[in-house]
Amino acid sequence: MKKRITLKLNGETRSLEVEPNDILLDVLRESLGVKSPKIGCERGDCGACTVLLDDKTVRSCLILAIEADGCHITTAEGLGRDGLTPLQRSFLEHGSFQCGFCAPGVVVSATELLEKNPHPSEAEIKEALGGNLCRCTGYKPIIAAIVAVGQKAGRRV
Amino acid sequence: MTQLKFVGESPSRIDGLEKITGAANYVDDLAFGPNLLHAEIVESPHAHALIMSIDTTAAEKVPGVVRVVTGKDFPYRFGLYMQDRFVFPTDRVRFVGEQVAAVVARDPKTAKRAAKLVKVVYKELEPVLDLAEALRDDAVLVHPDIGNYTRCPWFFPRAGTNIAHWRKTRKGDIEQGFKGADVIFEDTYTVPRYAHCAIEPHVIVGLYDLAGRLTLWSASQSPYTQRNVFAQALAPLGLSHKDIRVVTPYIGGGFGGKAGVSMEIIGAALAAMVKGQPVKVRWSRAQEFYNTYQRQGVIARIKLGVKKDGTVTAIEHTLHWDAGGYCEYGANVVNAVGLSATGPYRIPNVKIDSVCVYTNLPPGGPYRGFGYSEFHFGLESHMTRVAQRIGMDPVEFRRKNAICEGDTLAYGAKMNPSGLHEAIDRVAAEIRWGKKEISRDPNKVIGKGFACFWKAPAMPPNAASAAFVKFNEDGSLNISASGMEIGQGYMTVMAQIAAEILTVPVHRIRIEPPDTDRNAYEWQTVGSHVTWGCGNAVKAAALDVREKMFAVVERALGLSRDTLYLEAEKVKCRVKPDFELPFRDFVISGIQTPHGNFIGGPILGSGVFMPEFTSALSDPETSQGGHPNVHYTVGAAAATLEVEAEGREWMRPRLEEKLQAQAGRHGGVFPQSGRKAWHRRQEPMRLRSALGVVELVVGHALPFVCGNQFWPAVW
Repeated sequence: MKKRITLKLNGETRSLEVEPNDILLDVLRESLGVKSPKIGCERGDCGACTVLLDDKTVRSCLILAIEADGCHITTAEGLGRDGLTPLQRSFLEHGSFQCGFCAPGVVVSATELLEKNPHPSEAEIKEALGGNLCRCTGYKPIIAAIVAVGQKAGRRV
Repeated sequence: MTQLKFVGESPSRIDGLEKITGAANYVDDLAFGPNLLHAEIVESPHAHALIMSIDTTAAEKVPGVVRVVTGKDFPYRFGLYMQDRFVFPTDRVRFVGEQVAAVVARDPKTAKRAAKLVKVVYKELEPVLDLAEALRDDAVLVHPDIGNYTRCPWFFPRAGTNIAHWRKTRKGDIEQGFKGADVIFEDTYTVPRYAHCAIEPHVIVGLYDLAGRLTLWSASQSPYTQRNVFAQALAPLGLSHKDIRVVTPYIGGGFGGKAGVSMEIIGAALAAMVKGQPVKVRWSRAQEFYNTYQRQGVIARIKLGVKKDGTVTAIEHTLHWDAGGYCEYGANVVNAVGLSATGPYRIPNVKIDSVCVYTNLPPGGPYRGFGYSEFHFGLESHMTRVAQRIGMDPVEFRRKNAICEGDTLAYGAKMNPSGLHEAIDRVAAEIRWGKKEISRDPNKVIGKGFACFWKAPAMPPNAASAAFVKFNEDGSLNISASGMEIGQGYMTVMAQIAAEILTVPVHRIRIEPPDTDRNAYEWQTVGSHVTWGCGNAVKAAALDVREKMFAVVERALGLSRDTLYLEAEKVKCRVKPDFELPFRDFVISGIQTPHGNFIGGPILGSGVFMPEFTSALSDPETSQGGHPNVHYTVGAAAATLEVEAEGREWMRPRLEEKLQAQAGRHGGVFPQSGRKAWHRRQEPMRLRSALGVVELVVGHALPFVCGNQFWPAVW
C-alpha cells in the first residue's frame, strides 16, 4: 500500500507516494529525478549514494523512503546552486577526482565534516571519508583539497 | 624548437565542474521514460555443467514479464580476439554465475521474482578449478571445440587441451646463455586473481526501435569496438554497423574492466528481442565480482643466469595464466606478456613461454597493467634476490643490465629511446638509496625497495584513432573524437593538444563523450595509448583546421599562406606586422571582400593516426620477425617502508614513494614534450600501476610468496 511522504529536497518541498519498502536512493533517482547519488553497491559499503538527511550524512541505499518523511535532504545538486562552495572550488583546483563517480558522495561527506569541524586534520578527514570509496585517485588529492579549505578558513585555535 | 604553451601545463580538468556539481551523467543516470524495461539474469549455480533443459513457462506467466530469453534465441558466439563466448550458452556453462537466461520485465522487482521461476536442468561435469588440473594430460576440457573458434592470426590455441593460446618468444641460444653464467637462480612467483571494483557497476541500456535501429547506451571504454563486436554477433538478425549506434556517457571507472565487450552483449541481445522498448541491464556489486573480466592469476617460473660481474646472460620465463571460462580478450594479456617478460633489460638469450589456460573460473580479461604488473612482481623480486646472491647492490645490478635505445628486444625489433638509466639514477637519489635509516621506534625497522618497469600498449597493428575539430561562431572549438574520459584526463589532454596548434585556450574548447554516429573513430581507450594515438589524431585535425584557415585568408586577402601564423586566437602575418584577424571574425561566416561577397565558411578539420610501423606477423615458434609493440615506456620506482621488526604485523604504513617514468621522445605527439610528461597529473594511472609493482615487490605479496620471510636485500 502506497504512502504519501513530504520532504524538503535541496530546499524545495516535494511530495509523492512511495511503497513502504522503497529505498530512498531509488526514490531520489527514479521518482524525484535527482541523479547525483549513485548506485554503487546497494549495501552501504561504497558511499556513492551519500546524502545529507537533516544535516547528517546517510547512505541513501540503506534508508527507506518513508523514513525520510518530513526531513530535509541535501544532495550534491543542492550544494552549489548559488555558485561553487569553497569546498567544491578546492576540489576543482586540486584535480581531486578522476572518473568522478564517487565525487557527489565525497562532496556531501566533506561538507558535513567542514560544517562540524572547519579545520580538520588529515586523520580527521580520513575518518570522516572512511565510508566513501574512490577507486581512481588513491584519495590524496581529495584529502589535500579538504585540508586546503580548512587552512584558508583560518587557523585552528 | 618552439616553446610549448599549453602542453606540459596542468590546467583544471575540463570535466571537473560537471563532476563536483553532480551534473556529470553516467549511463544509469539517463532517463528513458516509463517504457523502460529491466532485465534479471538467470545464473548458473555450477562451475561446469551441461544444460539439459530450460523451462521458462512459469516465469513467462508472471504479470509484468515481457520476455524470457535463452540461448535458443541467441545461439551465437562472440569475442574480441577469439570468438569463444556465448551471449547465452546453449550446451554448457563454464563458471558459477554465467548467464543462462534473462527475464525482461516492467520493473526490476518483477524481473527478479520471475527469474527465480526459470527452471534449468543441469548435468554436472567435473570442474577444472586450477592450473595443475587444467594442464594434466587427461584434463577435463573446458572448450572441447577450441580448434574451430574464429580468432585473430596471432593466437595459437591447442586443440584437445585447455590451452587457449601459447606465446613463445626465443632469442639467442638459451643453453649457451646458461652455460656462460656463473650463477643460475630459479624460483616461482604467484599472483592471484583480482577484481576491478570500479565504483560504477557495468550497465547498458539498449533500444531496438521499430525502424530496426539498435542504440546502446553503454558504460564502456570501447564504444567503437563494442559496435563492431555487436555487429558481428548480431549479423544473423540482419543488423550491420550503420544500424547500430553506441553512446558512451561518462564512465564511473574502467581500469580495463569496461574494455571490449563483456556483459554488454546481453543488453544488445535483449534489446533486439523486445523491439520498440528500451531495456536496461545493470550488474549488482556481486556480479561485478563473478561475471566481468577479472585480472588473470599467474604462476611464473623464472630462471635467470648471471655472471659474477652482474651481467645477465639468459632468462627463461614461463608463465601459466588462469584465464577462466572464456578468454576472448584475456588471451591478449597473455600474448603481451609473452613478448615483454624480459622486463626492461638487455638480455642476449631469451626463452619465454606465456600460456593461456582455460579453467572453470570467471573469465579473465584486461586489467590495469595488462599483465605487466603481474610479471614484474616476479621478475623484479627475482632481480633483487639474484643481486643479493652475487653480492651486488640491487640498483647497480639493474643499472648494469638496463635496456638502451637500439638494443635488440626479445622479439627482434630495436628498442625505442629509453632513458632508463636516468630514471634509475634519479629515483635512487630521491630515495637516498644506500643510506640506512633507523626508526625512532626501537621495535620497528625501515627498509627500502626498488624496482624497474616497462610497459607497451598491447594493441593490434591497425588500432586507429581519428578526430574532428570544428570552430564555433565565437572562435571556440569543439573536438569530436572517441577516446573515453575514464578519469585519466583524456578530455583535458586532447584540448591541450588542439590548443597548442590553434592557440585557443583549453577553457574555450569543448569535448564530449563518444557517440559512434557522430564522433570520429577510436579503436579503444586501453593500453595507456590514447594520449598518444588519439592525441596524434587531434593534432592532425588541428593542423588540418590551421591549413584551411590559412587557405581562406590567402584566397580572400591575398596574403601568402607561407607568411601566416596563429597567435592568441588571431591569424597574423610575418611580413605584415599590423595584420591580425581574430578567429571569431571569419571561422564560421568567412571573410567579406570589397565586392560584398564572402569567401570561406565554417572551418572544420579531420585527422587520423595509425601506427603504420607495427606488425603482428611473426614466427609462432620464436616471435621473431614482427614489430608487435609500438613502443615501451620505461621507468624506475622505489618505496620506503617502516614495519614491526618482530612478529607478523603486515599492516605497514608507507613512508615515502618515488617514481619516474620516461615518456620518451620517440613518436610523441609533440617531440619536445617527451621528457616533461612524466610527472603530470594527466597520466596517473600508469604511474600508480608502477608504484603498485614496487608495493608488490616490497610489500603486500611478500608474505605469501616467501613464507613470511623478508629478503635481506630489500633492507
